[in-house]
Amino acid sequence: MSNLRILVATKRVIDYAVKIRVNAAGSAVETANVKHSMNPFDEIGTEQAIQIKEALAKSKTGTAEIVVVSCGPVKSQETLRTALAMGADRAIHVDSDEELQPLAVAKLLRAVVEKEKPDMVILGKQAIDDDSNQTGQMLAGLLNWPQATFASKVELGDKSMTVTREVDGGVETVKTPLPAILTTDLRLNVPRYASLPNIMKAKKKPLAKFTAADLGVDIKPRLQTLKIVEPAKRQGGKIVESVDDLVDKLKNEAKVL
Amino acid sequence: MSTPTRYRVIALYKQLIYLGREYPAGADYFHKKLKGAFMKNKDLTDPAEIQKRIDLGDYVCKEIEAMYHINKYRAMKKRYYEDAEVENIQAKLENANWAQGSGSSATQSSPRQ
Repeated sequence: MSNLRILVATKRVIDYAVKIRVNAAGSAVETANVKHSMNPFDEIGTEQAIQIKEALAKSKTGTAEIVVVSCGPVKSQETLRTALAMGADRAIHVDSDEELQPLAVAKLLRAVVEKEKPDMVILGKQAIDDDSNQTGQMLAGLLNWPQATFASKVELGDKSMTVTREVDGGVETVKTPLPAILTTDLRLNVPRYASLPNIMKAKKKPLAKFTAADLGVDIKPRLQTLKIVEPAKRQGGKIVESVDDLVDKLKNEAKVL
Repeated sequence: MSTPTRYRVIALYKQLIYLGREYPAGADYFHKKLKGAFMKNKDLTDPAEIQKRIDLGDYVCKEIEAMYHINKYRAMKKRYYEDAEVENIQAKLENANWAQGSGSSATQSSPRQ
């Protein structure tokens, strides 16, 4: 009988459908009064943990406890509630109003791992706001754990996992012992939508709070953003009179020929 | 309508309101249509008919969830994964033999009288 503890890391990001704008100062993306939600790759991670738990329960070969963690301001608790509503068992909020860069998050997660001692940590491959694709890898380095990133399929074995990874140029299958780090790719699963009754139930599930100071972690940013600029505006299309005119424009103005 | 059915109908209504918040055409539009659909059926008494409507409501819930998922999946795929077909077409355009070199006749305008 295996009893797994799975730690799932999630991030509250600006919703994917929002048209983002640079703020008036030109220093960051505007986040006030903008819709936020859980990072899509983290939704896939939460879903994967729940599917592992359900598979273990169905085959009666074990149990799993899903602990979901998020590092960020107080509003990150909304993201945690979403994960609890999907099916996680308890939540941990690492409270910080400071900017948290991937290295800081990895260090905070290491502290949480040392507290919770999970068998597996699942993260999204990257966050859709900073697109760093670093936190999972850094965490594996800090913990000296094996990592399987860009997972599109996961099979659990006895104290091991076999992961199919999506890499440039194809697909790679790796097997690692547990405990290990997993980062999710888009094709891993289809995240469930939490139903209203589950959202109500989620309010009763435990949510623990810590600060970076409680965990003894230095979260000072190592990278400084110098400038943020919106991409150049798309120019309007032109209508051409003839094929020769089109070729002429492609050659001389667009310079693709 | 019996109390358990009444409870189910109200739960269905609340679930649809919750799902409708992110409706692409607007949460208000969705809410109007939702209320209209429920009000149209408020005087039903036949349990079989009521059950049919509840089943339709469940079906609509699933359809909305599927739509939200497909929209998100498509957006993520477009942003993070190279579209092989588009790349092939661009490569073909660049390598076409009528585009190579400056002496190609295609780049000279034919004289127009």
